[in-house]
Amino acid sequence: MSHFLDRLKFFKAQDSFSNGHGVVTNEDRSWEDAYRNRWRHDKVVRSTHGVNCTGGCSWKIFVKNGLVAFEMQQTDYPRTRDDLPNHEPRGCQRGASYSWYLYSPHRIKHPMIRARLLDLYRAERKSGKDPVEAWSAIQADEAKRLKYVGVRGLGGFVRTSWDEVTEIIAAANVYTIKKWGPDRIYGFSPIPAMSMISYAAGSRYLSLIGAPCGSFYDWYCDLPAASPQTWGEQTDVPEAADWYNSTYLIITGANLPMTRTPDAHFATEVRYKGTKVVSMAPDYAEYVKFADLWMPVKQGTDAAAFLAMGHVALKEFHINRQDPYFQEYARKYTDMPMQVLLRKHGEGYVTDRNLRASDFVGNLGESNNPDWKTVVFDSKTKSFVAPNGSIGFRWGEDGKWNLLERAGAGQAEIQAELSCIEQRDEVASVGFPHFTPGEAELLYRNVPVRKLKLASGEDAFVASVFDLQVAQYGIDRGLGGGNVAKSYDDAKVAYTPAWAAKVTGVKAADIERTGREFADNASKTKGKSMVIMGAAINHWYHNDLSYRSIMNLLHMCGCVGQTGGGWAHYVGQEKLRPQAGWAPIAFAGDWNRPPRQQNSTSYWYFHTDQWRYETVDADALLSPAGRNRNKGDTLADYNVKATRMGWLPSAPHFNRNPLDLVAEAEKAGATDEAGISRYVVEQLKANKLDVAFADPDNPVNWPRNLIVWRSNLIGTSAKGHEYFLKHLLGAQNGVMQEGGAGKNCKEVKWHEEGPTGKLDLMVDINFRLNSTGAYSDIILPTATWYEKNDLNTTDMHPFVHPLGEAVTPGWESKSDWQIFKRLAKAFSGLAAKHLGTRKDLVALPMQHDSAQELAQPLGEVKDWKKGECEPIPGKTMSILKVVERDFGQTYNKYIALGPLLTKLGNNVKGIDWNTEQEYKELASLNRTVSEPGVSFGMPSLEEDIAVCDSVMRLAPETNGEVAHKSWSALSKKTGIDHHHLYAGRHEDKITFRDIVAQPRKIITAPTWSGIESETVSYTAGYTNIHEHIPFRTLTGRAHFYQDHEWFLDFGEGFCTFKPPVDLKAHEVIPDSVKKKPHLTLSWITPHSKWGIHSSYQDNLRMLTLFRGGPYVWVSEDDAKSVGIEDNDWVEAINANGATMARAVVSQRVPRGMALMYHAQEKNVNVPGSPSSGKRGGILNSVTRVVVKPTNMVGGYAQLAYGFNYYGTVGCNRDEQVVLHKVADQDIDWLERPLTPEREAQRNPKGIGKK
Amino acid sequence: MNIKTIVFGVYPYIALTVFIIGSWLRFDHAQYTWKTDSTQLLSKANMVLASNFFHVGILSIFLGHFAGLVLPHGLWLALGISDMQHQWVAIIAGAVFGTMCLLGGVMLWMRRMFNRRIAVTGRRMDKFILTWLMLTLLLGLATIPVSIGHANHGDPAVMLALSDWVKSILTLQPEPALLDNVDPVFRAHLFFGMTVFLLFPFTRLVHVLSAPFGYLMRSYQVVRTKRRLA
Repeated sequence: MSHFLDRLKFFKAQDSFSNGHGVVTNEDRSWEDAYRNRWRHDKVVRSTHGVNCTGGCSWKIFVKNGLVAFEMQQTDYPRTRDDLPNHEPRGCQRGASYSWYLYSPHRIKHPMIRARLLDLYRAERKSGKDPVEAWSAIQADEAKRLKYVGVRGLGGFVRTSWDEVTEIIAAANVYTIKKWGPDRIYGFSPIPAMSMISYAAGSRYLSLIGAPCGSFYDWYCDLPAASPQTWGEQTDVPEAADWYNSTYLIITGANLPMTRTPDAHFATEVRYKGTKVVSMAPDYAEYVKFADLWMPVKQGTDAAAFLAMGHVALKEFHINRQDPYFQEYARKYTDMPMQVLLRKHGEGYVTDRNLRASDFVGNLGESNNPDWKTVVFDSKTKSFVAPNGSIGFRWGEDGKWNLLERAGAGQAEIQAELSCIEQRDEVASVGFPHFTPGEAELLYRNVPVRKLKLASGEDAFVASVFDLQVAQYGIDRGLGGGNVAKSYDDAKVAYTPAWAAKVTGVKAADIERTGREFADNASKTKGKSMVIMGAAINHWYHNDLSYRSIMNLLHMCGCVGQTGGGWAHYVGQEKLRPQAGWAPIAFAGDWNRPPRQQNSTSYWYFHTDQWRYETVDADALLSPAGRNRNKGDTLADYNVKATRMGWLPSAPHFNRNPLDLVAEAEKAGATDEAGISRYVVEQLKANKLDVAFADPDNPVNWPRNLIVWRSNLIGTSAKGHEYFLKHLLGAQNGVMQEGGAGKNCKEVKWHEEGPTGKLDLMVDINFRLNSTGAYSDIILPTATWYEKNDLNTTDMHPFVHPLGEAVTPGWESKSDWQIFKRLAKAFSGLAAKHLGTRKDLVALPMQHDSAQELAQPLGEVKDWKKGECEPIPGKTMSILKVVERDFGQTYNKYIALGPLLTKLGNNVKGIDWNTEQEYKELASLNRTVSEPGVSFGMPSLEEDIAVCDSVMRLAPETNGEVAHKSWSALSKKTGIDHHHLYAGRHEDKITFRDIVAQPRKIITAPTWSGIESETVSYTAGYTNIHEHIPFRTLTGRAHFYQDHEWFLDFGEGFCTFKPPVDLKAHEVIPDSVKKKPHLTLSWITPHSKWGIHSSYQDNLRMLTLFRGGPYVWVSEDDAKSVGIEDNDWVEAINANGATMARAVVSQRVPRGMALMYHAQEKNVNVPGSPSSGKRGGILNSVTRVVVKPTNMVGGYAQLAYGFNYYGTVGCNRDEQVVLHKVADQDIDWLERPLTPEREAQRNPKGIGKK
Repeated sequence: MNIKTIVFGVYPYIALTVFIIGSWLRFDHAQYTWKTDSTQLLSKANMVLASNFFHVGILSIFLGHFAGLVLPHGLWLALGISDMQHQWVAIIAGAVFGTMCLLGGVMLWMRRMFNRRIAVTGRRMDKFILTWLMLTLLLGLATIPVSIGHANHGDPAVMLALSDWVKSILTLQPEPALLDNVDPVFRAHLFFGMTVFLLFPFTRLVHVLSAPFGYLMRSYQVVRTKRRLA
């Protein structure tokens, strides 16, 4: 029908109604089809968003004409139990906007390279050099190198081909391995759980060539160091559905509706059952809305509030009356009955290490690991015994590593005594370190103690952790002495509600009532009181203390391990459910062991030279009660020591190429690993060799190649962003100070001039152009989340589900697995010629969950460098392993499941099992490799789906038979039969096609401490309490007390309150700012409503919802005081750099705080900063990372290194900034061509002469 | 057939045919292109003045041309308006609205050519048609002195000749010879004017045909019947 003729008809007779006020027309309606066609589609494919948001939401992707048209929430999750709401619909506004990216201007469509680098490379190649020689020639010429390094971040990309770009990367890798060593290449990619196969692609390639992968959980400061400290567990948390089982909820630092959007309904629904919800947030955050009580706690003081709640709970439920449930729980599952030695100090005593079996004549009958068996007082036999379950029982013997109330020797039933107050030998005055400014530093309190004679013949006082802990909380037990509270209103005594009110700004009555109600509820429900917590309180320097203050409260109320109770810590998408099946593929453990793994915080602290600017004086953090043998050391010194003593890894490890090191050792006569090891130890002792962190600015120790994938390292997580730009990348940067405090380091060599541009090559693999790509030399186009097959799991629900290839990867993009496969191929070709087969020396720290965690007994620190002991690999220094690498076979190894899985089997968390059967099954399921080479005939890993299926076949969570094998291994260790936990699903084998059909619930595995069941929701610590599997700690119980020397040095034996540290950066600002009206505010960076980290924030659909660019929230009163109005441009500045944003003036925010949502980067609507003269920065332009010595401790039970398990954390919340208004006419968009002058001016004017 | 016959005897039909058929086809087959292509979202500077001057000017000129050239000569005489009065009204109104249109038009033209956001976003055809309209307008304004000369001599002949020519075209009895004695500037203006009709279906000018006059008269409530979808 003609539209035109139809229009003519429009004028024809029509019916009218309502006296002519209405008319019925006969006009054409075919235009309505436009709206119908918008939703018409050819097929629907299941996928999700690999974005580290923890949602783990299954989505329907609608495809039309070969393009993704739109997405919608899937609603076919398996049901939950009858009395629980379902998990769906899952998904939020951010996920619903994802399809925009696929065809957006941000999309990376082709391999891109910095034009200047490409010109240099092509010129070298043209002159007849082979790729590695060409790369080497560029690197040898400082002027050539500077030509492309100096313009990082300034655009200038051109297209290239896959063949050429992989050749360049491979050449750089080969050159680096040959010249500097494989540990000078670094890979950074976070959060495997969000797209496991993509992660595994890069980590497999890097592990095969010997390059370290960087940790992320600790670097993101999402790792709650308190969790390994307390439970020996990286992190395990309840699924969201378990909130619905709680009857009392405290929510702090986790903005449920904003950051757990698909799960927040559980928290609102449970209120209909009568559950009370208490919210703690300094600002009127979204989650405050559905609280019954809001306690507006001053930022950074949460520990004080929780310690005061603990004071109330401990006093009323353990002292005034003894709640039977609480007391039994404390006795069986916590270290409260463990005995602690007291050491003479000042006018009395201070706490020292835990008492051990080895302290007694005859070792209390223990011949195996008596140093590692802690001691309780048995009230049945009235004697000291070493009970089952401590870490000494975990290694070297079987059957007694459990939490049954039995004495290790003889297995008689015991009852551990909590307090000796009735049977005490004496009362001792014990000093507890205290760190609140203006109050005494050592608080002496009277504690009931027992006296005993040690094996050494000395007399000693011991007290139980319980008695010490009660004293430390300032509770009066009628033993006299000072520093105990007569009442809750006593504001002078630390940890009373009145004292906490002073510190936190919360009403004392609210703290008292909440503490009482929390405990009372737990008492009545056997532990169904829960604290939901998150990044906002975990991103502080003393985050472990905040968390321990909460864990203390939970443990004294018997909540951990009970459904509906315990801690619920939510940060990134940490739960990689099929971890045990994934790890050998991801780190190429099927070919070589061990892989290189590095804790990123220390890595960036040194390699981005943030240590050169350190303002925090380590001595000021020390406790008056410590031995403090490291007095005078800087934070960097502590880290170097930790590395030397084998506590933390270091990449590069030594200041020499590890390939050359082996060659030298062999030249010197070494024939085997032991010989090589001896040679290295001699070199160390002779001072001819040292760890690289002792001289990070020496070109020998620089990182040379960096590959970033699935990450926005530079634009999001680079705490100390401007230092990254300056020192690591050599780019335009906004560092506003010269630095120089690093000069005071004793263990780190000082170079007067800080190096810039350490990296030879930075590669970013991405689907969108973000800040990381902008600063890279090469960007490779990767498949989006709707264009690849992969796996996804989360903490928030127990299902495994896929990312699905709804459409083939757009333009020239490829899935990460295929990208690294291609890279491996290019590398193999060049490596065969230039590298051949070499032996590589891998130095790794003493590992948690292995017998190495018993390396350094009694928590005493012995530094071989100081001559306190001999350097013995695996004991007093890193373990040294020789790995033979046939570099030319890298590709062949990459594409096949290697032979070590049948030879050595698989393992997780200290449990080993055999995988021969699964290996055979995979050979038939995925077929075998037909290419000639070392992997001929082995199960194929060529295609993404084959990799997914391999992971799931090898993991206990997705293969019932593997669950069976792993539980059998653990049952042997604990002496308890755990097989009932998975029995109903023994025959299940989940495949990729299964999860494409519907998300599948995982099978209960010993990897985790919760269970999948029809009666309880998944919750952390469940098997510790209900199956009596010990926590993986020194005592095997949850720890209130830490007895390692460094913890005692820093006064963190017991949890205490420490205020935020003063980083002093806000004191260094330009005069131009100083003269203007300005504010000094704490820099708070919580998560955003319109993005997940930096993803979605640059998406047109999300930009439209708020200010269309960066913004920072300030309070009305603060804004008014310096003339800032809503939507004005403001600059936040301090010594670290500057960032520009629009002001959001709001009553939501309290005074004294600038709140900039996390991960606003600099790719949309960011002008130049008037102070730095550089593009206005990101949220981390004003931060700098600071390391904490207690987080470096290793080789000691739960305090032993594990990748992403323990180590320094990248905290950033203690920072303060100066905020001031920038008038509209002073906004400079820096839209000018690049001139030689501008190119040369890489620092802010006046900076960088030194 | 000489060039004048082709331009003033044949070309008008080509222009009108393309105008009608072309517009129809576009309306039927490319509905989503039937729009003003407004760029005010990108730049609003001076648009109140420029757009209103231009639109009021050009619409008035169009009505003037319609009244003078298409409506029957007898109508005006019957209304008691003499040819000379008619001519003076045409001259004055043409000058006023022409100037107005010129002012607005020049502003729009400058904006389209030199405002970076508009220049980059617009199509080549947008620039071309605006330039063409402005040239047509300038030629039209250039006829005013000639018309004033005629009017001063009390001579309506040229005006009547032009009107007769239009009628000859519209009645399908083309008489290109009627234009033999008019000033060349009129002929040039006519050629440019006819070409506007020729170009019309290929430009954003089509929005003229969709002026929503219906809104002025329509009922408060409009209900569409349900019928089979095309």
